[in-house]
Amino acid sequence: MAEKKSFGSVFINGLITENPTFVQLLGMCPTLAVTTSLKNGIGMGLSATAVLICSNFLISALRKIIPDKVRIAAYIVIIAAFVTLVQMCLEAFVPSLSASLGLFIPLIVVNCIILARAESFASKNNPFLSVADGLGMGLGFTGALCIISAIREFLGAGSIMGVELYGTHVQPATIMIMAPGGFIVLGLLVGTINYIVSRRKKGE
Amino acid sequence: MAVQIISILLSALLTENFVMVKFYGICPFLGVSKKVDTALGMGMAVTFVMALASAITWLANKFLLIPFGLDYLQTILFILIIAGLVQFVEMFIKKSMPSLYSALGIYLPLITTNCAVLGVTLLNVQNYPESFLYSLLYGIFAALGFTLAIVLMAGIREAMDETSIPKPFRGFPIALITAGLMSIAFMGFSGFSI
Repeated sequence: MAEKKSFGSVFINGLITENPTFVQLLGMCPTLAVTTSLKNGIGMGLSATAVLICSNFLISALRKIIPDKVRIAAYIVIIAAFVTLVQMCLEAFVPSLSASLGLFIPLIVVNCIILARAESFASKNNPFLSVADGLGMGLGFTGALCIISAIREFLGAGSIMGVELYGTHVQPATIMIMAPGGFIVLGLLVGTINYIVSRRKKGE
Repeated sequence: MAVQIISILLSALLTENFVMVKFYGICPFLGVSKKVDTALGMGMAVTFVMALASAITWLANKFLLIPFGLDYLQTILFILIIAGLVQFVEMFIKKSMPSLYSALGIYLPLITTNCAVLGVTLLNVQNYPESFLYSLLYGIFAALGFTLAIVLMAGIREAMDETSIPKPFRGFPIALITAGLMSIAFMGFSGFSI
């Protein structure tokens, strides 16, 4: 079983088969909170991906050294250290993005996806595969955020990436970029995906 | 002072409810809201952790980090304090309320990764760096807001179990849509202040 895993298969597993947002339903807080515009979604997704790759790599490299009893605390410290680094980089290089994501950047520490991957993958596999897993899961998360935020920005603000799509005579539904819109869009998306998956299973 | 406290209470509980408006703590909100009893237990455990965490992190920030210019270590130190507290609460509940302990299951250790807890401590050092009392109260009120939302949600979900929902929407998707509708209701409170 262990030899079968290749970089590619682990990557695809994270990106699609076990997509952290749509299939595993992890990391809901940032998913709902920052997807008010596509730019925020991409920024959040990439920041989390960077943290996920680094923490997966380090935790996997240290998996034989970290004692079993304190492993969760050790993982959290490692993740928090990388999150602090990412936070400082964002503040220094893209202050506008850092301002609009706000508190949700330090809150990447408590994003369940990162701790879940550390516990269920990085602590059992070698660093090379763990990086693949981090990349796949991270981009899966980013992709999901992009889909949700594109829909919300299009419906709620009438724009994509800040570019106005329809003129002033159409009033966008502002509620979609407010709190309720996040819940409803994600609920409908997950329901639709469930429907497609169940249809496919019937067809087989 | 009294006015300020009431306004913190109103904003934490209703106008800026942690779950419905600010999106902190969605994971336990969706995960532990199947039964009212469990939801209430979870809410109480989170309230306890958040009150203690608000107090300890505020003190740690004021007397440990700021005097030594170590503000950038906030995230790391705070999450360690919270992890320790949750461990403590877990041992306490296991000894004193075994039935609640088994009902909360995996979600109890996961209070550590409840973003509401870390969120409130970080908000406190931003918003109330000078007042210990306001930090503590904001922690407690925000946790009560969380409890309110999760208990309401559990009530709705218990009633929803009796109805027939299209199969693809059963479970998680319908819970999200319900939360969206609740969130619209909470929007009615916006602008409400004294």
